[in-house]
Amino acid sequence: MKITLNVNGNLHEINIDPGDYLLEILRDLGYKSVRRSCHSASCGTCTVLVNGKPILSCSTFAASVDGQTIETVEGLSQGEKLHPIQEAILEEGAAQCGYCIPGIVLTGEALLRENPEPSDDDIKLALNGNVCRCTGYESQNRAIKKAAEAMRGDDYE
Amino acid sequence: MSEAFETVGKPKKKLDGRALVRGKPVYTPDYDVPGALTVKLLRSPHAHAIIKTIDTDQARAVEGVVAILTHEDLERIPYSRAGQGYPEPSPYDAYLLDRKVRYVGDAVAIVAATSEKAALKALKLIEVEYELLDPVLNMEDSMKEGSPVIHDEEDCSGLFDKSRNIAAHFEMEIGDVEGTLNGCDYVITRTYHLDTQLHAALEPHNAVTYLDPAGRLIVVTSTQVPFHCRRILSRILNKPISEIRVIKPRIGGGFGGKQSIIAEPYAAIVTLKTGRPARIIYTREEVSMASNIRHEMKYDITVGADGNGRIKAISMHGLSNTGAYGEHCLTTFMVSGSKTLPLYNKVDAVRFGGDVVYTNLPPAGAYRGYGAPQGLFALDCAIDELAHELKIDPLKVKEMNSIREGETSPIFKIMGEGREGVPQIMKSCKLQECIDLGKKAIGWDEKRGRRTRRGSRVRGLGCALAMQGSGIPRVDMGAATLKMNEDGSFNLLVGATDIGTGSDTILAQIAAEVLSVPLEKIIVYSSDTDVTPFDVGAYASSTTYVSGNAVRLAAEKVKKQILELAANFLEREEKNLKLSAGIVTCDDGSSVSLEELCTRHMYTFNQQQIAATASYVGEESPPPFLATFAEVEIDTETGKVYLINLVSYADCGLALNPIQAMGQLEGASMQGIGWALYEDIIYSTGGRMLTNDFFTYKVPSRMDYGKLTCGLVESYEPTGPFGAKSIGEIGIDSPIPAIGNAIFDATGIRLRHAPFRSEKIFFEILNLEV
Repeated sequence: MKITLNVNGNLHEINIDPGDYLLEILRDLGYKSVRRSCHSASCGTCTVLVNGKPILSCSTFAASVDGQTIETVEGLSQGEKLHPIQEAILEEGAAQCGYCIPGIVLTGEALLRENPEPSDDDIKLALNGNVCRCTGYESQNRAIKKAAEAMRGDDYE
Repeated sequence: MSEAFETVGKPKKKLDGRALVRGKPVYTPDYDVPGALTVKLLRSPHAHAIIKTIDTDQARAVEGVVAILTHEDLERIPYSRAGQGYPEPSPYDAYLLDRKVRYVGDAVAIVAATSEKAALKALKLIEVEYELLDPVLNMEDSMKEGSPVIHDEEDCSGLFDKSRNIAAHFEMEIGDVEGTLNGCDYVITRTYHLDTQLHAALEPHNAVTYLDPAGRLIVVTSTQVPFHCRRILSRILNKPISEIRVIKPRIGGGFGGKQSIIAEPYAAIVTLKTGRPARIIYTREEVSMASNIRHEMKYDITVGADGNGRIKAISMHGLSNTGAYGEHCLTTFMVSGSKTLPLYNKVDAVRFGGDVVYTNLPPAGAYRGYGAPQGLFALDCAIDELAHELKIDPLKVKEMNSIREGETSPIFKIMGEGREGVPQIMKSCKLQECIDLGKKAIGWDEKRGRRTRRGSRVRGLGCALAMQGSGIPRVDMGAATLKMNEDGSFNLLVGATDIGTGSDTILAQIAAEVLSVPLEKIIVYSSDTDVTPFDVGAYASSTTYVSGNAVRLAAEKVKKQILELAANFLEREEKNLKLSAGIVTCDDGSSVSLEELCTRHMYTFNQQQIAATASYVGEESPPPFLATFAEVEIDTETGKVYLINLVSYADCGLALNPIQAMGQLEGASMQGIGWALYEDIIYSTGGRMLTNDFFTYKVPSRMDYGKLTCGLVESYEPTGPFGAKSIGEIGIDSPIPAIGNAIFDATGIRLRHAPFRSEKIFFEILNLEV
């Protein structure tokens, strides 16, 4: 079947099997930031935004998001300028192996669009589905908080 | 101390960080290799069986199937999957494919196809007839008379006693343990049992292999040990080392799980047999049940002390479960003693020994801590119990009996890894500072023993002290090459393997510090067996100390070359020259920049590559130290344990990059918290791992703990690079005993079998009430 995906503003018209998951389709299109880990919707690594909401692409049929707007982490930074969440993650040492990071950046971004001033508990709750085995979470939670502060300033639109 | 330096001791951002946060294609699965076949493995549904026949005819007929390999197609070569130095202190008891299967998940056949669908379809069509054997599914049964023999093959070697399923055995005694115990005022004997744990690295085990135009085998793989991988592949594939190149890109987590050679050979053999590129990616279920898990261990421990709490004698006798294969069996067992018992160095007598046995369960292997957490659970909690019997604050007992700067333990010499160790005196030990800071942060004196109640909930505190090492002394080698470019930048080539720890960054900081250039001038490349010098890889808390010292030495050699050439160029004496901020300056004011110097020596005058390689092998293994405190709250109606706060203060020498060092401590602590409270493996009665995904195996997430408070104390290790020791593993050693001791403080329930799941506590509470 033929579907259309708008990924980071790029339109893709593609032929898929009805059983194809969004994760593999995005990877085949070159969006390698979308990564497989658990393959059972339980770790958050494969998170992408569909119409601004975080979803797990490992268990979402590509056919079910036909015509919709998808964001991956490749679309977040503009040239060399990193998104404030990405910058804060670097500053706080919140990326170790980095495998979970695209999912964390996107889930964090969805949270901050909805709630620009999240409390510590808001952050923990919003990102609870994003497992990280390396960092112990503290640095990542700090990074989201720091990014929220930076984004509330005027250096980010 | 860190003020004395320009680049080390500073919280630098990870050099690979920008690529990671932007989701760049940096991991093995992101490397597109056109035409790569999909490799899948048929796995045994039985824990112990002989393959009588395999019929692959129907499977071969599936469109897209290119190759199916069984044990009949492969040369039979025994090997150890352990990514250790050579010769490995692990038995050669594994075969790429064998006619016998030894656990549920053992490989039976290899399928290679042009699509995943075809490969999966073919897997279903392979017909295998098994002769079922009785399995050994409990380590306590393994050595029993009449137990089925798991490795009865003739060509395995290096097993301690295969007829009794004993993979390894060790024992040692210092002083007269029985005599000393007889003279003690208090003696307690307890049994502690710690179950296995999954690594749960988010990137699954995977590799892609292909032949380069010259016909050499290229292996891109998610490994912690590229050079060991090359050596072991050379053995299994019967191919010279010179014809194999192993490339390690970024790694999505390891924790020891990628310190064994697991998925690589299956793709490699397909490439060699078909001439085509091949890719294998384990599913999460395969990673869980068919890579490596942690060694389950059980210890009978006896501790004797005088009435004042002075510990006089310790005896530990252990049993360790290595599963179906024996990688890392002896060494993890020895480390459970050698990286715990020296902590309590004031004893008159100490004994450690026991057996590592085979079972028909998934093979155990290396895992952060490498046996130390299992040993420490028994040792720390037994001392805690002793203190309670003596009615002395357990922290006080641990404090007064533990090792300090300038002291030693005879165990350092007697117990190494798989062999004798190396004597050493603690040149840096700030354990007391760790204790003092942690004690204050948790509120030890105010809260301990109070059993503060809030409704049905009651609170308690526990503590644990820990140590680890910094590499394997006189065994493990790391090397580094530095070469200079004409813009004053340097390529740093290291075999050291950054698996997410930030080691590329700290190694660059070391080079930048020695050469007095900004960090941006160091371009790191790790690790590629064709390009980078040898390094054993990322394990045994060795990278900072061993590889770091190699980088320091290489940079010092390069600096010397620079000063010699500059002296010649400036026509000044070398002793009057100083290298600083990328410029060599003489005390009379004449100077030459690194750019100018290198450009000149590359293109016009006395032409040469300014470069050096240096190697380092540790003469000792200075331990980092740790004091951990846990505050828990237990709901006495449900048994639910809430971790209110876990405080860990570490002495890792000078932290070369404090933010990355803290990340190691925080991450290891969380992995320990998970193991203590949530992570639990359940097997079916037939030996199948039921908890093989992230729904059934609970890795802790953000809502599963209260506070995690970590800190580093000021310290300086004189033998380390710029004063550094390691920090990668130690944080995982202490959460289990600290939390176990806290549960006791809150409830009076002493749990001696971890993990401490809430269900267990619930039933213990019921028992108390009955």
